[in-house]
Amino acid sequence: MNKELLKKIFLPFIVLVLVIQVWTGIASIVEDFPTPSDTYVAAFGGINADGDEIIGVLEDPFYIENQDVKGLFWQIMESLKRVFAGFSLAILVGVPFGLMLGMSKSAQYAFDPFIQIFKPISPLAWLPLLLFIFQDINMTAISTIFITSIWPIIINTALGVKSVSEDYMNVAKVLRFTAFEKIVQIILPVSVPYIFTGMRLSLGIAWLVIVAAEMLTGGIGIGFWIWDEYNNLNYHNIIIGIIVVGLVGYLLDLIMGKISDYFDYTKKGRA
Amino acid sequence: MSEKFLSLENIEKRFPIPGKDDYVAVTDVNLEIKENEIISIIGHSGCGKSTLLNMISGLDAQTSGSIKLQENEIQGPGPDRAVVFQNHSLLPWLSVYENIEMAVKKVMPELDAAELRQRVETYISMVNLDHAKDKAPGEISGGMKQRVGIARALSITPKVLLMDEPFGALDSLTRANLQEHLMRIQQKVKNTVIIITHDIDEAVLLSDRVIMMTNGPDATIGEILEVNLDRPRNRVELQHDPEYIRCREAILSFLYEKFAKDDE
Ligand SMILES: Nc1ncnc2c1ncn2[C@@H]1O[C@H](COP(=O)(O)OP(=O)(O)O)[C@@H](O)[C@H]1O
Ligand SMILES: [Mg+2]
Repeated sequence: MNKELLKKIFLPFIVLVLVIQVWTGIASIVEDFPTPSDTYVAAFGGINADGDEIIGVLEDPFYIENQDVKGLFWQIMESLKRVFAGFSLAILVGVPFGLMLGMSKSAQYAFDPFIQIFKPISPLAWLPLLLFIFQDINMTAISTIFITSIWPIIINTALGVKSVSEDYMNVAKVLRFTAFEKIVQIILPVSVPYIFTGMRLSLGIAWLVIVAAEMLTGGIGIGFWIWDEYNNLNYHNIIIGIIVVGLVGYLLDLIMGKISDYFDYTKKGRA
Repeated sequence: MSEKFLSLENIEKRFPIPGKDDYVAVTDVNLEIKENEIISIIGHSGCGKSTLLNMISGLDAQTSGSIKLQENEIQGPGPDRAVVFQNHSLLPWLSVYENIEMAVKKVMPELDAAELRQRVETYISMVNLDHAKDKAPGEISGGMKQRVGIARALSITPKVLLMDEPFGALDSLTRANLQEHLMRIQQKVKNTVIIITHDIDEAVLLSDRVIMMTNGPDATIGEILEVNLDRPRNRVELQHDPEYIRCREAILSFLYEKFAKDDE
């Protein structure tokens, strides 16, 4: 047991050392590629290889110079805001829509072909069209995330509804539940774990997509920041950006996982 | 009690089969059930027992014939005919208490909070589950779940209690235990009960009459056996009771001589 724990800490540490070795190797081959220590200094501040004093980007992520120049924290916040706006909208539309698809065979026949076609389209393919419609960076990013998030939510919600067993519906019939009571007391509780699975998938993809979307729309956001640092030849900041994006994504998934476990009656769930 | 309580007249059920003639599951079923009578329906699997019960519960409509409860034609399912399903069908996200509460709340909306609570607790006590009332269905044994199912069905004071092989999925000891529960409850609060079983001892032990069904297709009532045993019944003493032995033999002979089925 304790040995397992040691392994869990020690083995990733070895991999980390290996990754840094490979990274150092690449830095020595590719010209101007930031070394791990350069990147560390760029992140947390200190003296870089050229002997210059540097303030790290993670040292003061909260600074605001002006409307367009803000610290990393604000860039991340801006991206998260867009993700949550689009994601929430997708839940608001996707869950009722999924419920309808799951409950009505006709609705399913009517919409299924379109869902199957729209689902595999990269959300970024919509971006130029959305930009044209809204003529606004923020709206474009939010609606791109909306389109990204909605498919897994619809599909999983419908799946949840279909997983409601005949027996539960028979109980509802014997008790003469109204349609509304059936939805609230039977269908939703069964579907909730499925809906959360859909939401977790959606949020994961949304976080993937927002970075790319912001590179295209520009303005603000972590995606834009990474692209901007490329234009400024601050290659070490690109690496910092990538790592931060990964950490935030991991955190989002962790939180979403905890929330979905909480609502899932099959995993303790019951308060 | 001479009043007609539950009556089935000329019941037939056909299942349409695409590209073929309908499958006639049961036909020509005529049956009168008295109030507070315990009836069991026995027959080989696939003979149409569930089909018959589903028509009484209203979950499935008969193709022709009439089913009347106290002179009223049955229209779809309703709480006057509570069902105990074979796989208990408790809602797994609700506790034992909440499962029963949900049913009582819906059927008796006029109860105030205290009355509701009292009613739910009465029925939980009736099946001796006071200690488990806050547990989730996933945390209790199969026999206990089935007891909750029975409590839930009885809590809405149905006119008829319908049970489709309620103990079929349980081991024989648990099964015996539930049979005792059912007989004890029946002694206290009289109910009209229709119970499907394929267990001969269970049929004799529990019922006033045993309905024996022929094999499908075109299954119908083959024989009706009256069980003239006093209550309360004791399963151990019954083993040597001539009436018990006569009933057992009658069912055995019906199932394995007159209407034997090879593929069982
Ligand atoms: N929905 C259905 N469609 C077609 N055939 C059915 C349907 N339900 C039951 N049957 C057939 O009717 C017969 C009786 O079934 P059932 O009532 O479930 O038997 P059991 O006596 O085992 O409960 C079986 O042969 C079964 O295959
Ligand atoms: Mg059956």
